[in-house]
Amino acid sequence: MKRIEDCEELAKIADELRIDILEMLHTAGSGHTGGSLSAIDILTALYFSKMNHKPGMENGAERDRFVLSKGHGAPALYVTLARCGYFDKSELASLRKLGSMLSGHPYSPSTPGVEVTTGSLGQGLSIANGMALGLKLDQSKSVIFCLMGDGETQEGQVWEAAMTSAHYKLDNLVAILDNNGLQIDGFVKDVMGIEPIGDKWRAFGWEVIEIDGHDMSALLGAIDKAVAVKGKPSLIWAHTVKGKGVSFMENKASYHGAAPTAKELEMAKKELNPA
Amino acid sequence: MTSDKKSLRDAYGEILVELGSQDRSIVVLDADLSGSTRTSKFAKKYPERFFNMGIAEQDMISTAAGLAAVGKIPFASTFAVFASGRAWDQVRQSVCLSNMNVKIVASHGGITVGEDGPTHQALEDIALMRIMPNMTVIVPADAHETTSAMKTIVKTRGPVYLRTARDKLPVVTDEGFEFDIGKGSVVRDGPDAAIIACGYMVAKSLEAADLLAKDGIMAAVVNMSTIKPLDTGLVAKMAASTGAIVAAEEHSIIGGLGSAVAEAVCEVGPVPVIRVGMKKPVGQSGKPEQLLDHYGMNAISIADAVHKAVSMKKEPVSNAQS
Repeated sequence: MKRIEDCEELAKIADELRIDILEMLHTAGSGHTGGSLSAIDILTALYFSKMNHKPGMENGAERDRFVLSKGHGAPALYVTLARCGYFDKSELASLRKLGSMLSGHPYSPSTPGVEVTTGSLGQGLSIANGMALGLKLDQSKSVIFCLMGDGETQEGQVWEAAMTSAHYKLDNLVAILDNNGLQIDGFVKDVMGIEPIGDKWRAFGWEVIEIDGHDMSALLGAIDKAVAVKGKPSLIWAHTVKGKGVSFMENKASYHGAAPTAKELEMAKKELNPA
Repeated sequence: MTSDKKSLRDAYGEILVELGSQDRSIVVLDADLSGSTRTSKFAKKYPERFFNMGIAEQDMISTAAGLAAVGKIPFASTFAVFASGRAWDQVRQSVCLSNMNVKIVASHGGITVGEDGPTHQALEDIALMRIMPNMTVIVPADAHETTSAMKTIVKTRGPVYLRTARDKLPVVTDEGFEFDIGKGSVVRDGPDAAIIACGYMVAKSLEAADLLAKDGIMAAVVNMSTIKPLDTGLVAKMAASTGAIVAAEEHSIIGGLGSAVAEAVCEVGPVPVIRVGMKKPVGQSGKPEQLLDHYGMNAISIADAVHKAVSMKKEPVSNAQS
């Protein structure tokens, strides 16, 4: 894939993908809106600028891999993969429908470009570790990127995996935390606090890079920095806003698992594409 | 059957090294039990392809899935209770739903774990793994079959759960025997009843058949080492030819081999099926043979079950062919 370096162009792509997400979720009538909008800038930076990948490069030794550990962010992954050409954009309208290649959560056997099946939270980082271990054995230059939700880190397995990444010095692994502060039942800090986030990951042996997860320039810089770290795994601690880009969805737990109505879709599109 | 006893986990550890020398894509994971599961032999020979995951079975299984995703053939080992129970959701979500090529070889299956007690006696693992999508479930009867099964599963894509035992078990297969996934083998023939068994219970069933012969009942014994996919053809054949089935396993009578056999028999033409296995909810500490006697998983219990099954036949044995 051609690598785009211009931040304004990338931000524009991200906003167009936001519209794709909202349209597909509206058509589906259900799905995870808030966490897809908080993650889409991260996916845009990875897939359109930093990752070495292209459709058909399924098992190339140098192919970078992306693991969506927060599987409910599937809509963000699907619109990204469609735009990259892994499958036709018309498939997006079939999300969550019988016979569709696009399941409610990522299911790798049915969707081109989806690396692993995720949805039961907390397993993606372990899977990413396994990929990183295997590719290191092959002396591959591939990098594994793993996107987690902040609420997801309440799962104990995340910390088992965090130990493993550091123990095996997996510097070909970059984890990204989509820290939008919300989970289904409310604010993460109220449901089950996970602070101090940076101290925890550093104590587990990780390099922690803290950024604004909606600042495209900061994202590109953080990914470069993380990939360059040697001898230990890196975490990009991305501060994000759940529902980012649509004012009435931002920071609302109620949009975790709710699709936009027709009226909400129209309002959102006006905000995202004022021209 | 010889009087030889051999360790299934030793056989696993040895064949793993041999297979590892032939195929560089084989990698091995363990969760701090490598001495017990015998993966330590592989670890010593191929340290770069061995990953000790610490006491973290869930992480181990998902990590194995990641290794499989980049083309490795991971063998993940721990005790049967942890592999099947502690990591059940990881086996389902990370491995089985996507048909990942992960081989789970679990040692210390069944009640013959003995003195460690109920927490460590895996009596539900066959049920838990049998219901998994895409999963093949294998319980070898002896060391030789373990070796043969390993050679087969390494060449077969997709997830496998293979259960071994803590104790050495009598050798019941012949030297020339070759394991085939989904194929049971008749280790002793007989027209009056069929005992379908797996693991240690194959040896116990052969003892039971000797006891029954003294009472004039000639029972066949089937080594059903693949629980899933079940050899339903052989089950149907034995049901039709004997009219009385006993299923014997070192496992809860709920959900394991006995359930699989009963399900199959019901669909092909019902005959009595009596299940021999763990009937109590929870075991206790004790010596392996004491526990098998106490909980009714010995030759006498199997013979009693055969008597019961034969007595329940719709027609007397002598009229069965008419």
